[in-house]
Amino acid sequence: MHIVVCVKQVPDSAQIRVHPVTNTIMRQGVPTIINPYDLFSLEEALRLRDRHGGEVTVVTMGPPMADTALRKCLTFGADRAVLLTDRFFAGSDTLATSYALSFLIKKVSENWGAPDLIFCGKQTIDGDTAQVGPGVAKRLNLLQLTYVSKIESFDMEAREITVDRRAEGGIQVLKTKLPCLITMLEGTNDIRRGSIEDALRGARTEIITWNAAQAGITDLTLCGLRGSPTIVKKVFAPKPRDEKAFQIEVEGKSMSDISDALIAEIGKRQPVLERDMLKGAMSY
Amino acid sequence: MAQEKFDAIVVGAGPSGNACAFSLATRGLKVLQLERGEYPGSKNVQGAILYADALEGLVGDFREDAPLERHIIEQRIWMMDDRSFCGAHYRSEDFNEDRPNRYTIIRAQFDKWFSRRVVQAGALLLCETTVVELIRDADGKVIGVRTDRDGDPIYADVVVLAEGVSGLVGARAGLRAVPPPDTVALAVKEMHFLPRETIEARFNLQGDEGVVIEAAGTITKGMTGTGFLYTNKESISIGIGCLISDFADQGQTPYGLLESFKAHPSIKPLLAGSEVKEYAAHMIPEGGYKAIPQLFGDGWLIVGDAGQFVNAVHREGSNLAMTTGRLAAETIADLKSRHAPPTAANLASYKARLDDSFVMKDLKKYKNLPGTLHNKHLFTTYPQLLSKAAQTWFRVDGLDKKSKENAIVKSFFQTRRLKGLIGDVLGMARAWR
Repeated sequence: MHIVVCVKQVPDSAQIRVHPVTNTIMRQGVPTIINPYDLFSLEEALRLRDRHGGEVTVVTMGPPMADTALRKCLTFGADRAVLLTDRFFAGSDTLATSYALSFLIKKVSENWGAPDLIFCGKQTIDGDTAQVGPGVAKRLNLLQLTYVSKIESFDMEAREITVDRRAEGGIQVLKTKLPCLITMLEGTNDIRRGSIEDALRGARTEIITWNAAQAGITDLTLCGLRGSPTIVKKVFAPKPRDEKAFQIEVEGKSMSDISDALIAEIGKRQPVLERDMLKGAMSY
Repeated sequence: MAQEKFDAIVVGAGPSGNACAFSLATRGLKVLQLERGEYPGSKNVQGAILYADALEGLVGDFREDAPLERHIIEQRIWMMDDRSFCGAHYRSEDFNEDRPNRYTIIRAQFDKWFSRRVVQAGALLLCETTVVELIRDADGKVIGVRTDRDGDPIYADVVVLAEGVSGLVGARAGLRAVPPPDTVALAVKEMHFLPRETIEARFNLQGDEGVVIEAAGTITKGMTGTGFLYTNKESISIGIGCLISDFADQGQTPYGLLESFKAHPSIKPLLAGSEVKEYAAHMIPEGGYKAIPQLFGDGWLIVGDAGQFVNAVHREGSNLAMTTGRLAAETIADLKSRHAPPTAANLASYKARLDDSFVMKDLKKYKNLPGTLHNKHLFTTYPQLLSKAAQTWFRVDGLDKKSKENAIVKSFFQTRRLKGLIGDVLGMARAWR
């Protein structure tokens, strides 16, 4: 079996700061991580491989420094890593990204066999669109199972997979034929800690690096900024709210105790409102 | 699979570990480097100043792509009391040279860069991998390490402990004692963000020029320690550190000390309008020459902070670390080329190389200083006297100069008596010699 996992190196959004003067996002010095959603997919892929045999190929599109994310995937136990990097990809939105990734996966298929499964994270923490996985599936004409919370069963003989899919108002149990593309939900598993053998192998494995031409991409107008109809019109920091939440001490537990305390507190902070309310009450 | 064996395993990817792994790899040895942090530099904290010389001896062209902040053209040394400082400043255009001597750096970035160079040189690096114990053979010779990952031990001819001041591998293996609290300082620092132009205007700088301030006095509230302020490109590093034993005795908190240092009337305006980017704390080995543990044995060597290689007087550490790492690597490579086994007797040449270098010579020169500095008068009484003297001298108030001189001299004798003064001066002079 051959499983391809798409990952993305993203800035650690917990550590991004907004420049106090210019209000722009300060990317400098912000550590990068593997998009956390992708790790749930990677672990699921590794589990399937461990159980049913085969290989896991991890792929990404990004700048040359994205090799550190791939290297880490290898130390988790992935068998192979491919980096698609080219200056033509700079500024890609989800349309251009799924275009490039679909070519990358086709090229991976030519080299190491067509994948039975492709995994993507549900979404990224920097773009938050959840569009790239479905976009890749559409471009490769694959069935897709999104928002998967559990893989119920996997039958390599019958080439069938059954999953739980989180939907509004409940869980759908879906069965489909291979090959297909799956996006895993967060919290579905814990990424493993690779053994020392995995770590050593990961540190030694060469990361395969392709540019656009090597991935077989000929129409560069569909790549990067040129191939991206999405336009960032403006980036701004939301104005910090200065209202503060506060707690009110209440003696007694009954509803009327609580509402009395609440009204008294509001009156204390809004004397004008209190006066008007009292006036209104007296006029009855 | 046949059991794999490395020429050397380096435990840690700080300056000493990187210098060692780099030197070994460039000499063609098979090196494995193990780092517990997520990436090299993620666990590493320093002021930080980089002294070019030690790095230049390893990576000659480091200035081309290393992430350097500012080259230092001005050094300010301040003696502070609660309201004043009395300072000596040295600024020279000579420091604006082609190959500057000292730089401010941000360690998280610098260590990442250094590590990339190590990996490019051919060393194998595993991050997020903590060495938990050393493996010994029946004769007690160190032959490998066990990590916190599942799997077999990893074997090597030599294990180099570059695990830092608080590393536990050496202590667990009984190779070195956990350093006692009166030989280790605890320093806390903050990074304050400020626009480049503001820093340059505030510190009288142009381009990549930088200033450092080292301060002592009542800021440490009678404890043995110093404060510092370094200019980076778009931030200021400010910190303060004292001996751990002093913190414990006096019940002071490191962050409390830093808060009052930042609030000092001479420091506060330098930080005005800044935003705190990060907060960090780190231990610094300051026991000096006398605290240096046994540095070699059958199959093992100790380098860097783990070996107490810090010159507390001159605020030097990373350059000693890099130099010890390089000398350890040269020792190992030399033995390997002569097919000599890494026994304690053979590895003793590491110690000989150290003795012959500035590292041991400098530490030996100040071997009595740590003891002498355990004198609260140095950090409280003298800064106060100095400030008072300066004020008496500079304040114009109708008093004649001769009387002012007499008053200043009298204040010194009254406060510290002749015997105390002579004792302090002699003590310092002896320790300095």
